[in-house]
Amino acid sequence: MVGFDILSFIGGIHPPYCKESTEKRPIERLEPPGIVVIPLQQHIGAPCEAVVEVGEKIKKGQKIGESKGFVGAPIHSSVSGVVKSISKMPHPTLGECMAITIENDGLEELDNSIQGESLDSLSSKELIEVIREAGIVGMGGATFPTHVKLSPPPGKEIDTVILNGAECEPYLTTDHRLMVEYPDDIIYGLRAIMKILNVKRAYIGIEDNKPDAIEKMKGAVSSYRDIEIKVLRTKYPQGAEKQLIEAITKRQVPSAGLPMDVGVIVNNIATAAAISRAIREGMPLIERVVTVTGGGINEPKNLLVPIGTPFSYIVDMCGGFKEDVAKVINGGPMMGLAQYTLDVPVIKGTSGILLFTSKEVKSHEEGPCIRCARCVDVCPMNLMPLMLNAYSKNRSYEDCGKLHVLDCIECGSCSYICPAKKPLMQNIRIAKREVINMRKKQAKAN
Amino acid sequence: MNSNTYMEVSSPHIHQGSSTKTIMRDVVIALTPTLIASIIFFGIRAFIIVLLSVISCVLGELLWQKIFKQRVTIDDLSAVVTGILLAFTLPPSVPYYIPVIGGLFAIIVVKQIFGGIGKNFLNPALASRAFLIATWPAIMAKWTLDGVSTATPLELLNGSSADIPSLWNVFIGHTAGSLGETSALALIIGGIYLLYKDVITWEIPLSYIVSVFLLSLVFNKTSTPLIFALYEIFTGGLLLGAIYMATDYTTSPVTKKGKFIMGIGCGVLTCLLRNIGQTPEGVCYSILVMNLFVPMIERHTVPRTYGEVR
Repeated sequence: MVGFDILSFIGGIHPPYCKESTEKRPIERLEPPGIVVIPLQQHIGAPCEAVVEVGEKIKKGQKIGESKGFVGAPIHSSVSGVVKSISKMPHPTLGECMAITIENDGLEELDNSIQGESLDSLSSKELIEVIREAGIVGMGGATFPTHVKLSPPPGKEIDTVILNGAECEPYLTTDHRLMVEYPDDIIYGLRAIMKILNVKRAYIGIEDNKPDAIEKMKGAVSSYRDIEIKVLRTKYPQGAEKQLIEAITKRQVPSAGLPMDVGVIVNNIATAAAISRAIREGMPLIERVVTVTGGGINEPKNLLVPIGTPFSYIVDMCGGFKEDVAKVINGGPMMGLAQYTLDVPVIKGTSGILLFTSKEVKSHEEGPCIRCARCVDVCPMNLMPLMLNAYSKNRSYEDCGKLHVLDCIECGSCSYICPAKKPLMQNIRIAKREVINMRKKQAKAN
Repeated sequence: MNSNTYMEVSSPHIHQGSSTKTIMRDVVIALTPTLIASIIFFGIRAFIIVLLSVISCVLGELLWQKIFKQRVTIDDLSAVVTGILLAFTLPPSVPYYIPVIGGLFAIIVVKQIFGGIGKNFLNPALASRAFLIATWPAIMAKWTLDGVSTATPLELLNGSSADIPSLWNVFIGHTAGSLGETSALALIIGGIYLLYKDVITWEIPLSYIVSVFLLSLVFNKTSTPLIFALYEIFTGGLLLGAIYMATDYTTSPVTKKGKFIMGIGCGVLTCLLRNIGQTPEGVCYSILVMNLFVPMIERHTVPRTYGEVR
């Protein structure tokens, strides 16, 4: 399998995988906690409004938050029990957010609305409605509402669907385990997506450091001539949407464009599995697989976790801290967000919880840029991070805009590789925000 | 579970682990075979010159940073690299004050005055060498080999070709020349190490060497153009310049296209200086001249952003 049939992109980095401690561990179902905290915003778009009241008795899978706009996804309870409060709570990506706190009665009573269907009995329109009602969002971390993604505006011709099984972030093994253990669910979800979009060609991209997943998925698609497994070189950020599309289809998504501009729609492996459950069991997105790992945890695991489970409970269920934990991350080490507290809950986009000891996060002293050009060499978007960093620090945001700062996908490769330990990613992120603000103001003025 | 406060910093949360120091250490390692070769061919004197040059560079940097109350950066080893490279460009017979003065000039006048590492616009070792040639022209052009005064292969190539050393001696370094320029073999070994360690990329050295090779075929005045071209590559500090100096991070372009322009520009200038100018050598000045073009080259070679339609 070595050689030219392994696909990739230009640029990128080779961080150590660090997946050994969990990649062979089967997914375990986490004993649901006594209390879940379910944020009313777990997706890109408008926040949901609570449709239950404090003191109300609710069932597992019952809708508790409804989104008003098209870009939004409803939220469901992951346990049965009683609503204790609806208030501002810590949130892993927003800092703080309105959330519904539910006391679990342990009865696991299912909501009446939960009924299975089948792919053949539903029309494309009905399938989209099922996905929307199930509150499914992109589970790779971006949490964009899936029903919106699967409703391309008229005029956009989609001919290819790609499932993202690259899982290029070090440490994380959730997609890996899903592919090994639930290949049929993934394919079922993929077939639903293909039916919705009326697409006759699909690819599943998997990095070559997961040979067992590649083998399992190849077995699962053997009877489908229109689905192909594509083996990708293990390189970060292979799972970034544009890099994945180019590796597999050789098409380049235009600057400021979307995958649908080149006829492609990409979904995560886990999202496809969630779609399958929503159709076959009628089960909304109320739990997800989370990799709990890092040097600071006693028993690294892949857990199936009810949405709203606090990090602190998960840490306890994984044998607690091993050493002094200095950093807690929601997501992977390259793009994940550091948390200030363990009180935050797992949300739909939480692919991993990393617990790093002080040894693993030793802080680096920033030195002067030596112009080694490594950031330029690794940038998968062909940007010049050293220049963007300098302009950003000078507040020359106009120059950042001219050098296409908005095309940055925030993969962090530049910061990872920088021998001077410059916080390139951080300064570029600031520049992006400023450029967006600047352009908004200009648009208003015009 | 208590609500500790954990470190909140921006992603990414892991780092490759390289630093300016590890890079410079790799360069020192890569220069070691050449150092050994220079000691073999020029004796212990070669080692003393290198040592004096390194000490002068490091102390110069320390002194400057202490006087101006800047962060002391001598532990990044960049001054050590400058010291070794400067010594490698000196004739083996120079009096000991030459590497000392040269080291101070390289670090203080060329590097620190312009802001230190990453900010200087000329290669410190080469700019210092140019200063030494201008100030002590006779000392800087006195070549010895095995205790006897002689000419460098390049000088011989341009004159009567009677005493030209064999291609083999030129390749291993048993020939007259600057301390670190004579052994093509040792320089190439170090270059392969730097490529393997990702310290340098291949664009500048290769385009530099190839353009000198091709142009030498054009300028050839002998009956064996290929042999002439090989002499041009193995002598006159060309490999030292192409592998270790034209690739200097601070004074070479960061863009891929820019690196090719840098390499080809150095190659063309080297051949012009060698064959049309009055001096037999051209590496030092060609790199210094191309250093001046780096900002302009970079401005005009910004890579096409992914997905950008121009």
